[in-house]
Amino acid sequence: MLRTTLGLAAAALGISAIAEPAMAQNEQFLPALVYRTGPYAPNGIPFANGVADYWTLINERDGGINGVKIVFEECETGYATDKGVECYERLKGKGPTGAGYFSPLSTGITFALTEKVPGDKIPLLTMGYGRSESKDGSVFPWNFIAVGSYWTAADVAIQHVAKELGGFDKLKGKKVSLVYHDSPYGKEPIPALEARAKKDGFDFKAIPVTHPGVEQKSQWLAIRQDRPDYVLLWGWGVMNSTAIKEAAAVAYPREKMIGVWWSGAEPDVTPAGDQSTGYKALLLQHPGGKFKVHEDMDKFVISKDKSAGKDTFGQVLYNRGLINSMLGVEGIRTAQKKFGNKPMTGEQVRWGFENLELSADRIKELGFEGMLKPIKFTCQDHQGADEARVHQWDGKAWKIISDYYKADLSLLDPMVKETAAKYAAEKKITPRDCSKES
Amino acid sequence: MIVVGQVLEVLIGGLLAGVLYSLVALGFVLIYKASGVFNFAQGAMVLLAGLALVRSLDFMVARGAPTWAAIALGLLFAAVIMAICAWIVERYVLGPLVNQDGLTLFMSTIGVTFILEGASQMIFGSDVYPLRLFPTDAWFVAEGLFPGGILVNKLDVWGGLIAGTLVAGLAIFFQNTKTGRALRAVADDHAAAQSVGIPISWIWFVVWLVAGLVALVAATVWGTKLGVQFSITFLALKALPVLIIGGFTSVPGAIVGGLIVGSGEKLAEVYLGQHIGGGIEYWFAYVLALAVLLVRPQGLFGERIIERI
Amino acid sequence: MLYREAGQFKTTYAADMAVFPIRQDRMALYLLLAVAFIGVPLFAQLHIWPFGGDYLIRAILVPFLILALAAIGVNILVGYCGQISLGSGAFMAIGAYSAYKFGTGVHIPLEWLGSEISIPPLPLVASILLGGLMAAFVGVLFGIPSLRIKGLYLAVATLAAQFFFDWVFLRVKWFTNYTPSGSVNAPELSFFGWIVHTSTERYLLCLAFVTIFAFLAKNLVRGNLGRQWMAIRDMDIAAELMGIRPLYAKLTAFAVSSFMVGVAGALWAFIYLGSWEPLAFSIDRSFQLLFMVIIGGLGSILGSFLGAAFILILPILLDQVPHALGIPISVETVSLLVFIITGMLICYLLIVEPHGFARLWSITKEKLRLWPYPY
Repeated sequence: MLRTTLGLAAAALGISAIAEPAMAQNEQFLPALVYRTGPYAPNGIPFANGVADYWTLINERDGGINGVKIVFEECETGYATDKGVECYERLKGKGPTGAGYFSPLSTGITFALTEKVPGDKIPLLTMGYGRSESKDGSVFPWNFIAVGSYWTAADVAIQHVAKELGGFDKLKGKKVSLVYHDSPYGKEPIPALEARAKKDGFDFKAIPVTHPGVEQKSQWLAIRQDRPDYVLLWGWGVMNSTAIKEAAAVAYPREKMIGVWWSGAEPDVTPAGDQSTGYKALLLQHPGGKFKVHEDMDKFVISKDKSAGKDTFGQVLYNRGLINSMLGVEGIRTAQKKFGNKPMTGEQVRWGFENLELSADRIKELGFEGMLKPIKFTCQDHQGADEARVHQWDGKAWKIISDYYKADLSLLDPMVKETAAKYAAEKKITPRDCSKES
Repeated sequence: MIVVGQVLEVLIGGLLAGVLYSLVALGFVLIYKASGVFNFAQGAMVLLAGLALVRSLDFMVARGAPTWAAIALGLLFAAVIMAICAWIVERYVLGPLVNQDGLTLFMSTIGVTFILEGASQMIFGSDVYPLRLFPTDAWFVAEGLFPGGILVNKLDVWGGLIAGTLVAGLAIFFQNTKTGRALRAVADDHAAAQSVGIPISWIWFVVWLVAGLVALVAATVWGTKLGVQFSITFLALKALPVLIIGGFTSVPGAIVGGLIVGSGEKLAEVYLGQHIGGGIEYWFAYVLALAVLLVRPQGLFGERIIERI
Repeated sequence: MLYREAGQFKTTYAADMAVFPIRQDRMALYLLLAVAFIGVPLFAQLHIWPFGGDYLIRAILVPFLILALAAIGVNILVGYCGQISLGSGAFMAIGAYSAYKFGTGVHIPLEWLGSEISIPPLPLVASILLGGLMAAFVGVLFGIPSLRIKGLYLAVATLAAQFFFDWVFLRVKWFTNYTPSGSVNAPELSFFGWIVHTSTERYLLCLAFVTIFAFLAKNLVRGNLGRQWMAIRDMDIAAELMGIRPLYAKLTAFAVSSFMVGVAGALWAFIYLGSWEPLAFSIDRSFQLLFMVIIGGLGSILGSFLGAAFILILPILLDQVPHALGIPISVETVSLLVFIITGMLICYLLIVEPHGFARLWSITKEKLRLWPYPY
């Protein structure tokens, strides 16, 4: 209605619309929402470096994605939702075809952007964070919660606890506490853990820590008095190292603490020094350290001084940034197979993600062997993989101490379905029928 | 018996944690007392002092300096930085704003906060820098009395000792030195103090310098506890309830306020939080402060507010 | 030369008491409203620079309008009534979550009575206004201590509201309709059957709210109530002696202020964010609003707009300058520089004009009237 009225008014005035000048350059624009300042900067910096360096590598080594150069721009969000939305609006239309995809690295921003991307037709690649129910691609066509959700993480953590105890039957009557960041990020795993507690008969207790988590004395005194058998840690930034220090102060064994994958990187353990030794965390498929792709990185990016920050090279979060960019680039490559070797629009990239399949051979070819298990997205499954390992900090480096655990999908998938259906009903979305999608 | 031990443990932990808040609150009190400025930048000053200390310390240790020398020089360097900061603030911000009302001065310290947060991270970096000046493990006392003993964190005890010394030192400074007396005179009445020949800009510089040094002391303790990083600025918010319970103008009040807030919020979190969902200590401290204010609107030790028409 | 009121004779008391007694001011206002209501949407529809993309409307104008509305609310309390509040973020949150509850349907089971209170989902405007009303109600409750506590002590005491409501909306699952993560999504934005989708429509909706409330506020502060507030601000004991009831004056200020802040909160959540968590209304938001009214000018509706523009838009602009000029410095340096420059500008502004933009504006007007003569 409004549109037509205004359109008529425009016609009456005889003003012809001035179209935005179309850019004919052969460039793919990729935005990066980063936080290199503020309370979460120590964790945000290595991730942002990894993301940027992989794109640089593609440009330097291959001359772009099938000849299409990557142009990227960072925007500082400071982990704040409103700033993230501003950055999104700023970057979404840049470049000849607009932003290819967004990876905000913040649960809050992911929630806000989830409302916006369907209108703008840009996919969200949220690797290991964001809405757990966005695994359901029929309700969330634009979200790709690649590799793992917090529900996967919760399930895998409990599986590891069971294995250490010597079987699921041993879980009965045990106490497991969750120390979590009091935000949607920290709360996400609670339903999955409650479901597991019901199934396996352990006592589950959730202990919130107020943002940003600089003060946790009372939480850990409560843990000392309650003596849970295991403590799961769902923290981010300063909260992780503070938790480890407080655990050490109350003499809670670090071996009995298991962090989520966002609580298991170098900035989380090094501030606590020796007190971190023995602390365990989930591993989102890949360890820190150097792999084959790092040789190329060294040759084309680091030694040529084109890195965004080489002091973080090979760290856990840096490598996660690499994988995030690799998934993005491979998604675009897949899309190019269908739409031709030119810059892709967000809509085309979305198709690319949905049809992305990384086989073991392809992963090896890319130089990521050992960092990643094969992954395959489908119309229905926007997670692609649901396995994780556990690693332990030995005082100097992270050491992998377990095999891959596969999350118990018989428990999680119904939860995904139910929550996604609730979202669809609330937002009046008609889920796609995936059996009809090509 | 176990329950008594546990309550004692939380109480002691809370009291000591409260004293650590007092360390930050003291800086607010000093500046408010001497210039009537509510210094929003105190948290940022702790960050600046901590970063200056830890970065110079790391620099010297990496160059092979012995630890004691590195610590001494690092403290000296940080003190110099705080002095420069105090000088700049006095010269370029507060000086031109003499005789403005409290809200304008408060707003100007917010400007200072932005500058300090930006500049300190730009110069010294925005990563986490571990600082290890004090032991961080715990004693377990009275193990004979209670099973498992009562946990007392060594760092907290150090913090308590430091805060006690600081308050004693500041009391002597205010009561027995010439500058201290001049400070109190300025606090009472700017114009009258100026008319008897007290150089007000010098006095304000001294106040900001002392507040900067208090921030440095707070940074040594909190830096050891958290690692020096941006999040340290959030401590200002934990210091505010301490400040209003004790009263804006009382140095010993900051300590007493810290004890009340620390013990109150920890006991509430551990014993009340269980029943209503946890994470209550932030607001509990403020509600406690609100309750105190309803009884004594100027805080426990604050100067009585006398209003004339 | 143009800005002269000579020859504008007022023949009625009504004309003398008008909001904008000078004709040029009225003209400027009409022009501004015309540009805002007709010009901007038209430009956006026709993709004329700078409204070609969504960016300017969606990421700058919409948040600017909403925060300006919140700043007007805060200014009524802080600037007109002299009660410093650091709990505005909480009142925004109350507005947002109440509006969300009214927008998605309220169910309160009353088991001991064997019945339940059940309200079906209300339309958008009703739920936003009810959100504002809820905020006003809570505002009055938290305003009661102001009768005893004053100045900075009150400011810190209002932080109790801030932290308490941050906690309530995190912990009480009823407010978030039991979503697992505690993050909620705005319901469909239906405005009397018109579904608000595009950025221009969002902008117009916000603009309508802001215009109405700004006029309301402007007229309130000119009237009896506003004068009572200002009397309380200037000296509460004297005001009391003159027969102004502090209870009534302070609590109405809290109510009106919280109402506007609550409506702004609901708009912020529904129109700007779309999906939110309590962190969106954290203590930082409270401080931001207070900065806006101090920088803009205490006790000025115009100042609320100017302050909101300065505090919100300046960092965004500064952030983009190096990139636009093609200066290759990292985002980290840029955002730190933005901090430093913003801080310096705040200090500079306060030194040049401690009473904020509003005073600068009235000085400019004064100069314009006399121009080209100095006196």
